[in-house]
Amino acid sequence: MTNQDSNIPLNIDVRGDPEYRQKTAEALDPGNILLKRFRRHPGAMIGMIVLSILIVASLFAFLSHYPVDQSDMSNRLQSPSITHIMGTDALGRDMLTRVLYGGRISLSVGLIVVGIALAIGVPIGALAGYYGGQLDTTLMRLTDVFLSLPAFLVVILLGAIISEGTFPFLKGNSVWTISFVIGILSWMTFARLVRAAFLTIRELDYVTAARSLGSSDLRIIVKHVLPNSIGPIIVEATLEMGYAIVQESGLSFLGFGIQPPTPSWGNLLSNAQENFTKYPWLAIFPGIMIFLSIISVNYIGDGLRDAFDPYKVLETVGEYT
Amino acid sequence: MATYVTRRLIQTIGLLFLLSILLFGMVNLAPGGPLAGQGQSRHIAPEKAAILKRQFGLDKPLPVQYVIWLTGNDWMKVDTNGDGVPDGIGTRKGILRGDFGFSFRTRQPVLNEINLRFPNTIYLMSITFIIALALAIPIGILSATRQYSIFDIIATTFSFAGQALPEFWLGLIMILVFYAWLKNPFTGAPLLPSGGMSSADSFVLSDRISHLILPVATGALGWIAWYSRFLRSSLLEILPLDYLRTARAKGLPQRLVLYRHALSNAMIPLVTLIALDLPYIFMGAVFIETIFAWPGMGRLYYQAAIDRDYPLLLAVLIIGAAFIILSNLIADVLYAFLDPRVRYE
Repeated sequence: MTNQDSNIPLNIDVRGDPEYRQKTAEALDPGNILLKRFRRHPGAMIGMIVLSILIVASLFAFLSHYPVDQSDMSNRLQSPSITHIMGTDALGRDMLTRVLYGGRISLSVGLIVVGIALAIGVPIGALAGYYGGQLDTTLMRLTDVFLSLPAFLVVILLGAIISEGTFPFLKGNSVWTISFVIGILSWMTFARLVRAAFLTIRELDYVTAARSLGSSDLRIIVKHVLPNSIGPIIVEATLEMGYAIVQESGLSFLGFGIQPPTPSWGNLLSNAQENFTKYPWLAIFPGIMIFLSIISVNYIGDGLRDAFDPYKVLETVGEYT
Repeated sequence: MATYVTRRLIQTIGLLFLLSILLFGMVNLAPGGPLAGQGQSRHIAPEKAAILKRQFGLDKPLPVQYVIWLTGNDWMKVDTNGDGVPDGIGTRKGILRGDFGFSFRTRQPVLNEINLRFPNTIYLMSITFIIALALAIPIGILSATRQYSIFDIIATTFSFAGQALPEFWLGLIMILVFYAWLKNPFTGAPLLPSGGMSSADSFVLSDRISHLILPVATGALGWIAWYSRFLRSSLLEILPLDYLRTARAKGLPQRLVLYRHALSNAMIPLVTLIALDLPYIFMGAVFIETIFAWPGMGRLYYQAAIDRDYPLLLAVLIIGAAFIILSNLIADVLYAFLDPRVRYE
């Protein structure tokens, strides 16, 4: 639905008025339409604000007076107060500081997983959808195999194997290895989405035109087809980030993910588990963080889905003209 | 239809075969092979480890190990005492004949371990799931028929929140509130038990139920959120359709229009979705059973991962994958069966 050349208003009486022409051009600009629709979704806007606060707070976690990993036995297990807003843990470490540093880990795992899943899924889907035939069958069979895996159980298995020893390029349970483990089991939705989009788009006249003008396959895939299938990919990427955060915290909660003393929301919860009925703040705050980040991401995804909905985009254009 | 199902069944077998290779490969990714962790945790001397390796057949190349795992080794000569010379006939039957090998930890047949735990998971998860559906369907219907009412707004907000609540955190909070904070007003004991299947030796219904409440509530919440949202949106798509207007115009009471004509169509995608979701409901058991000390498959898998009990892990993974493929097949067939517009060639 996005208009390739937005400077040419379609079906609109321009009347040669430059101001009007400017306004319609702005109104038809796909970016403007998206932004306008996205801003109208209250949940998405609140989600955006909350997620931004979480990201900024995690980035500036180093401003805290308290060291992230230094025990202070005189201050252990203090309940939340002005000096320690989220209390302290069994080693006297400030929970707020650890939760914020944990946010760095959990949120970056979310981003890296989406990056890995996109890097695997988009090329597979594009090749399958664009070329079709035998290649399509092979790649989709591979996708089916991965979709039939009990993903989270495999993540647990791989987490357990990785924490066992050192691999050539994956060392221990770092942010990268955990993201890798989750990422290689998360690309299938992208492959299917991209393939479906390519199957319809590759038949369109403008693609035939590009081909007859001598564009290479790579150029057609990257410059002509991919940009027009970006909507569902972005929506799915947002939601995938939420799943990735849940999986990382779940994995760390079970002890196969990020290993202490490096904090992540999951292993903070796992540490709290022993004595949380006596010291509930240890369990409450990391969980609230997981909850807030996932609900924000889900609302943002919902808003983006509405914004990219072609029927609603037409409505918005209609309001202008 | 019959040809379609047959073709899908053949595909399923191929898929399972590929999956078994993939999973077998993953387990053998562990540096030093599957026995490495065993050696570390039990301080087995290197010579002893080499003997064990030969006894388990782990000295053979991976493809050979895979074939043995699949078809057994009772048709070939094996090294039973681990001295490097083949001296006997193998006893393994292979997973194709239902032999998943022995657990590293308990030295019991893997299938025995699974059979012991499986009924407990079925018990917990089927109750969870039935309760989830029993609540989600009315919530979804009310939300859709009264779109944008106060009830709908509250329900949709809660369903968004419910889907964002991780089970492992919700479980801890449940224990905090109902075990640590709230007390039984008569006895002063915790209101609800924090884990286990029962505390009485004999069967006491109230005791069983009180042990079910927290794990069931924790497990059901996310599914209630998910299904009520799904049913709401699929009903909202159907409610403005012409055939319902016709039904109303013919004088059919609103109740009949809703329950007989609208709901039966809205339920088609829901039923398919439920078939697709079934395996994941059981996977959720990993967290629920770990937190609430429930002796089921989920906790068995978690324990096996801690012990690096690879035969057990592999068996659960293969069974899980088969379960997922089967539920996909059932979902497709159900969809074709329920919706006369869908026809497979």
